[in-house]
Amino acid sequence: MSPVLADVLLVTALVGALALVHRPLGDHMAAVYSSKRHLRVEQWIYRAVGANPDAEMRWPAYLRGVLAFSAVSVLFLYVLQRVQDKLPLSLGFKAITPDQAFNTAVSFVSNTNWQSYAGETAMSHVTQTAGLAVQNFVSAAVGMAVAVALVRGFARSRTGDLGNFWTDLVRGVVRVLLPISVVAAVLLIAAGAVQNFGDIHTLTTLTGDKQDVSPGAVASQEAIKNLGTNGGGFFNANSAHPFENPNGFTNLLEIFLLLVIPFSLPRTFGRMVGNVRQGYAIVAAMGIIWLLAVVAVTWVEFAHPGTASQIAGGSTEGKEQRFGEGPSSLFAVSTTMTSTGSVNSFHDSFQGLSGGVLLLGMMLGEIAPGGVGSGLYGMLIMAVIAVFIAGLMVGRTPEYLGKKIGTREIKLAACYILVTPALVLIGTALAMALGTGESSMTNTGAHGFSEVLYAYTSASNNNGSAFAGFAANTEYHNTMLGLCMALGRFLPMVFVLALAGSLAGQKPVPDTAGTLRTEKPLFTGLLVGAIMIITGLTFFPALALGPLAEGLAT
Amino acid sequence: MTTDTTRQEDPMSTVTPSRAPHPDAPTAHRHPDGRLGAGLFDPGQLARSLPDALRKLDPRVMIKSPVMFVVLVGSVVTTVLAVRDPGDWFGWTITAWLWLTVVFANLAEAVAEGRGKAQADTLRRAKTDTVARRLAGETEERVPGTGLRVGDLVVCEAGDIIPGDGDVVEGVASVDESAITGESAPVIRESGGDRSAVTGGTKVLSDRVVIRITTKPGETFIDRMINLVEGAARQKTPNEIALNILLASLTIVFLLAVVTLKPFAIYAGADRQTSMIVLTALLVCLIPTTIGALLSAIGIAGMDRLVQRNVLAMSGRAVEAAGDVSTLLLDKTGTITLGNRQASEFVPVRGVTAAEVADAAQLSSLADETPEGRSVVVLAKEAYGLRERHQGELAGAEWIAFTAQTRMSGVDVDGRRIRKGAAGSVVAWVRERGGTVAEDADTVASRISEAGGTPLLVAVHDDRGARVLGVIHLKDVVKDGMRERFAELRRMGIKTIMITGDNPLTAKAIADEAGVDDFLAEATPEDKMALIKREQAGGKLVAMTGDGTNDAPALAQADVGVAMNTGTSAAKEAGNMVDLDSNPTKLIEIVEIGKQLLITRGALTTFSIANDVAKYFAIIPAMFAVAYPSLDKLNIMGLASPESAILSAVVFNALIIIALVPLALRGVRYRPMSADRMLRRNLGIYGLGGLIAPFLGIKLIDVLISSLIPGL
Repeated sequence: MSPVLADVLLVTALVGALALVHRPLGDHMAAVYSSKRHLRVEQWIYRAVGANPDAEMRWPAYLRGVLAFSAVSVLFLYVLQRVQDKLPLSLGFKAITPDQAFNTAVSFVSNTNWQSYAGETAMSHVTQTAGLAVQNFVSAAVGMAVAVALVRGFARSRTGDLGNFWTDLVRGVVRVLLPISVVAAVLLIAAGAVQNFGDIHTLTTLTGDKQDVSPGAVASQEAIKNLGTNGGGFFNANSAHPFENPNGFTNLLEIFLLLVIPFSLPRTFGRMVGNVRQGYAIVAAMGIIWLLAVVAVTWVEFAHPGTASQIAGGSTEGKEQRFGEGPSSLFAVSTTMTSTGSVNSFHDSFQGLSGGVLLLGMMLGEIAPGGVGSGLYGMLIMAVIAVFIAGLMVGRTPEYLGKKIGTREIKLAACYILVTPALVLIGTALAMALGTGESSMTNTGAHGFSEVLYAYTSASNNNGSAFAGFAANTEYHNTMLGLCMALGRFLPMVFVLALAGSLAGQKPVPDTAGTLRTEKPLFTGLLVGAIMIITGLTFFPALALGPLAEGLAT
Repeated sequence: MTTDTTRQEDPMSTVTPSRAPHPDAPTAHRHPDGRLGAGLFDPGQLARSLPDALRKLDPRVMIKSPVMFVVLVGSVVTTVLAVRDPGDWFGWTITAWLWLTVVFANLAEAVAEGRGKAQADTLRRAKTDTVARRLAGETEERVPGTGLRVGDLVVCEAGDIIPGDGDVVEGVASVDESAITGESAPVIRESGGDRSAVTGGTKVLSDRVVIRITTKPGETFIDRMINLVEGAARQKTPNEIALNILLASLTIVFLLAVVTLKPFAIYAGADRQTSMIVLTALLVCLIPTTIGALLSAIGIAGMDRLVQRNVLAMSGRAVEAAGDVSTLLLDKTGTITLGNRQASEFVPVRGVTAAEVADAAQLSSLADETPEGRSVVVLAKEAYGLRERHQGELAGAEWIAFTAQTRMSGVDVDGRRIRKGAAGSVVAWVRERGGTVAEDADTVASRISEAGGTPLLVAVHDDRGARVLGVIHLKDVVKDGMRERFAELRRMGIKTIMITGDNPLTAKAIADEAGVDDFLAEATPEDKMALIKREQAGGKLVAMTGDGTNDAPALAQADVGVAMNTGTSAAKEAGNMVDLDSNPTKLIEIVEIGKQLLITRGALTTFSIANDVAKYFAIIPAMFAVAYPSLDKLNIMGLASPESAILSAVVFNALIIIALVPLALRGVRYRPMSADRMLRRNLGIYGLGGLIAPFLGIKLIDVLISSLIPGL
C-alpha cells in the first residue's frame, strides 16, 4: 500500500470514528450540563467546597468563580513546584526556579501546557500527578464550563442566569473527562504505554553508556493530556516518546482523543439551543478548516521540496520512523488546531510552508475545532462576527439564534477577537525589538523568526506546542510567555461570559423567511471565509516574514 | 417663527411658496419591475460639495469616524515626513493620495448632505416672519409668530399664513399645504375629527378658522423637517454604532499588524523598505476605509430616499427598525381596498326582475353623490344597459339626496316613491308606510353580509303599496396587485394583518380575497394596541399607519408608526414617521428602504474587507522581496516596481471610495426575495467581487503609473 493511500485511509478512519461518536457524546454532554440531578460523589464535593450547586449565577458571578478557581490553582501549582524537593516521591529533583514555576503554573491552569522544562528530569511524581495531572482535568473542565455558559446565553432568554460554575466544573470532570480518560488509559496501557510509580531505572546501553529511564503514571496522563486538549507531556519528547505513544494504533487513538470533545461540543450546542442543525453548521465549519489544513500539511510534507529532503527521499527530519510523514502531519495539524500542543514530531523540522499552516492553525484562535470548550466559544464568537457582517446583507439588523447582535454584543465580540492577535504580535515584536527573541533562536533568518513567532502564538492561543529549536527557559520568556498564556486564556473568557449574560437577557426574535439561515451550508461557507480572511489579514505580514519567506524559497 | 429666516419680508405680505418643497431632489418612483429605485447621481454634486468636504477636515469632526481619523493622522504624519525630506517624490505622492482619501470620504458625506440642503432651502422659503392674530378673550391682538406659546388661540382667514402647528378648534377652511407636501390641490381642515391638524407655514385659501397652537416656535413641523433633511438632527443609529465599533476594532488589529511589522522587518533586513511612509500607506490600505468613508453617507442617503418619497422619518432608528419589521398592520380602507365600496350586483326579491331592481336602484341613486351611489348608477349602465339619466330629464321629480342622518336617497316621481339605502333605514321606511318586507330580502341581505359585502335595500311605494324590490350588493374592491404585494412580503418574512371596523365575516372575506395573513375585525383602538403588544411580546417588530387621534397610542407603541399628514397632530406627534402623501400603502416601501439601507452597509463592509487580500499581495512583496527574494513569488499581479505597487494600492484605495459614492447614495439593488437568495446574491457580488476587483484595479493603475513615469 502506498503511503498516500495509507494516509487517506487513516484520515477516513479518524473522520468516521469522530462522526460516529459525535452524536452520542454531544448528546451526553448536553444532558450532563442540563441535568437537575447530582451524583453522590458530586454532592460530597459541593459540601466539601461549600458550594450550592443549584444556585444560578449571573455572568459576573460566573466569571468570579472562573477567575477565583484559576487563581487558586495557579498559586497551588506554583507552591507545589517550589517545594517539591521537600515532598515525598521527589525522585531527587530540585525545586523549580520562580520564573519557571510561574510559567508552568500558568501554563497548566490556562490549558496551554507550554513546557519550558523536560518532564522526566524536572518534575517529581507528586508534582506530576497531584499538580499537573489534576490541572489537566480541571483546566479543561473550566473551558467547557465557559463554553456551556455561552451556549446557555443563546438558549435562554429574559434572564441573566447562566448556570452554576461549580456544578459545570465538577460535572465536566466527573461525568465527561474522567470516564473517557479511564477507558482511554486502559486502551493505552493495553497497547503498550507505561503506567507505574517506580523509581528511575538506570540501564547500561549496548555501547556501555549509562541511560536513565523514567517511569511514571504515563498512560493515565497521556489520556487526559489529549482528551482535555492539554498537551503537557510526561516526557520532554511528548507523544514522540515510545512510553507515551508506542505504535500506530496509540497514535491514532491519541489523535482521536484530542479531537473528540471539541468536535462533539457543537452537537451539545445544537442540542441545548434546540436545533441540532445549528450545531452541524458549526461543526462543518470546524471540519472544513481542519481538513484543509490536514491536506495542505500532508501534501507539502509528501512533496518534500528542498535539496536536503529530496536527497533523503522524504521530509523525515524530526519525525518518528514508526509514524512517518502522513500520521505525523495529521497529528501536527490536529494538535495545533485544538490548542492541545502535544506533539509526535517536531514542528520545527516541518517544511516551511507546512510549518506556516501549523502556525496559522493556532493563529485562527484555536477554533477548528479548538480546545475543549474554548474551541466552541471561539467559533461562536466568529459566528457572531460573520452574522454581523453578512446578516446586514439580508436587510435586517443582525441576529444569531434569535438574539440581536447589537452594540453591546459586537463590542464584546470585537474585544474578544482583539486579544490574541494583540498578544501574539506585541509579544513577538517585543521579543524581536529587545533582542531576547534572537538570542533564543537556534536557526537564523526566516526560520529563526518563525521560532519566536511560534512561541508567542502558541502561548497566547493556549496551544503549548513549540518549535523545538526555541530556547524558552529564560527569565524573560518564562515571564512574558506566562503573561501571554494568562491573558490569552482569561481575558477572552471575560468577554465571552459578558456576552453570554447580554444574550441571555434578551427576548428572542422569532424566525421568519427574512431571517438569515445560520444552519445552512451557505452560512458555513461564509463563516469559514470570514475566519480565514480576518485572521489571515491580521497575520499575513508576520507569516510572510517567517514560513512564507522560507517555504517559497524552496 | 424662528429668527433664522433668510429674508426679511413685510410682515403683512406673506410669501406663498410657489414651488414644491424639493424640486432639486431627484425624483424617485417604483420601477415597473418592482424594484426599489432611487435618485440619479449627478457628478456635478461632487464639485459643488468640495468646500463642505474640506471644512469637514476638522479633527473634531473626523474623530466621529475612527477609521477615517486614522487616515487623517496618517496623512499628517506623511506630510511631516515629506516636508523633512522634500526631495522624496514618492513620499509626496503617497502623502497627496492619503489626503485625497480623506477628502474623498468627506466628499461622500458632503454630497449626501448636499441633497438635503437643497430641500432645506426651499423649506426655509416657506418659513417667513408671520404675524399671528392671537385671541385674548374676545379681542384680537397682533403678535409675531415667534411669540406664540403652546395653547394660544389664533385666528386665520383667507390669505393668512398659519403661524404655527396646531389644531383647528373652530370653523372649516381650505388650506394650501404645498409648502410641505408639494401637492398644490388645497385640502380641507376642520375642527373636530381627524382632519383638524394644520401645519405652520401653510396658507389658508378660504374661510376662517381658529387654531390652538400645539408646538413651540422653533420646534414646529417645518423646523424639524429642515433639521432632518439637512442632517443636523442626525444621530447615529444603533446598527451604525455597532458597525463603527467593529470597524474600529479591525482598525486596531491592522494598526497592531503594521506597528509590530517594524521590528520583524528590521530583523529580516528590510528596514529601509519599511519606511514610516510605506508603513502608513500599508495601514491606510488595510483598514476598512471604503466602508469607513461611506458609512455616514449611506445613512444620510437612506433618510434622503424616504424624503424623496415624501416620508419624513423623525429618527434614523425608525428607518433601521423598518428593515426588521416582521408584522405589518394595514388599515383595510384605502390601503388594501379602494376607499369606497362599489355596487357589484342587483338581487331581486321573488316576483321582481333584476331589471326592475336596476331601474329603481338607478333612479334612487341619481341624487346620491357618494361614491357608493355613483357606483350603483355605473353598474346599472354596465350590466343592464340603463342609460344614465340626469336629474333634469325627469320633470316634476322630487329628489331626495343622501344624508348621513337618513342614510337613504331616492326620488318621488309619477306617484312612485323610490328609495335606496341602508337596510335598517329602508325597512323602517317601508314599515312606516304599512308595507311589508319580503322574507327573501332578509335572506339575501344576510348572504351578502356573510360574503363580506354590504347590502343596500331598494324599495318603492306606489299604487301597490310600499314594498322592497331587491338588494344591491355593495362590495369592497381590493386594489389591483395587492395579492402579489402580500405574497412578496411573505417571502420577505413579513406577516400582514388587516385592520378593519367591519364584522368578522366581512373582514374574513376581504382578507381572503386580498391574501393577507390575518385580520383584526371590529377593531377598536384598544384591540389594535393589544395586538401590537402581543406581537411585540413574541419579539416581533410591528409597523403600522394611522391618522386619527385614536391611533396615537398604537402609533407610539408600534416600532415603526407612520402617521398620515392629513391626520391629527396627536397622531403625527406619536408616530416616528410622517407620510406627506398620506398614502398608507407606502408602509411597504418604507420597509424596503429600511432593508436597502442595511444591505448597503453590509455589502460595502464585506467589499471593503475582501479588498485587503489584493492589497497585501501588492504591498508585502514590495516591502520584502529585497530581503527575501522568495517573497517576490507573492507578486502575482506582476506589478512593475515596489514603489509603483505601493502607490497603485493607495491610489486604488482612494479611487474606490469615489467610485462607490453613487452606490452608497443610491443603495444596492433590492428585490424582495428570501434571505437565503439575497445573501447568496450579495455575497457573490460584494464578497467575491470585493476579492477580485482590486486585483484588476491595482494592476491597471500600476500599468498606467509605470507607463506614465518610465522610471518606475
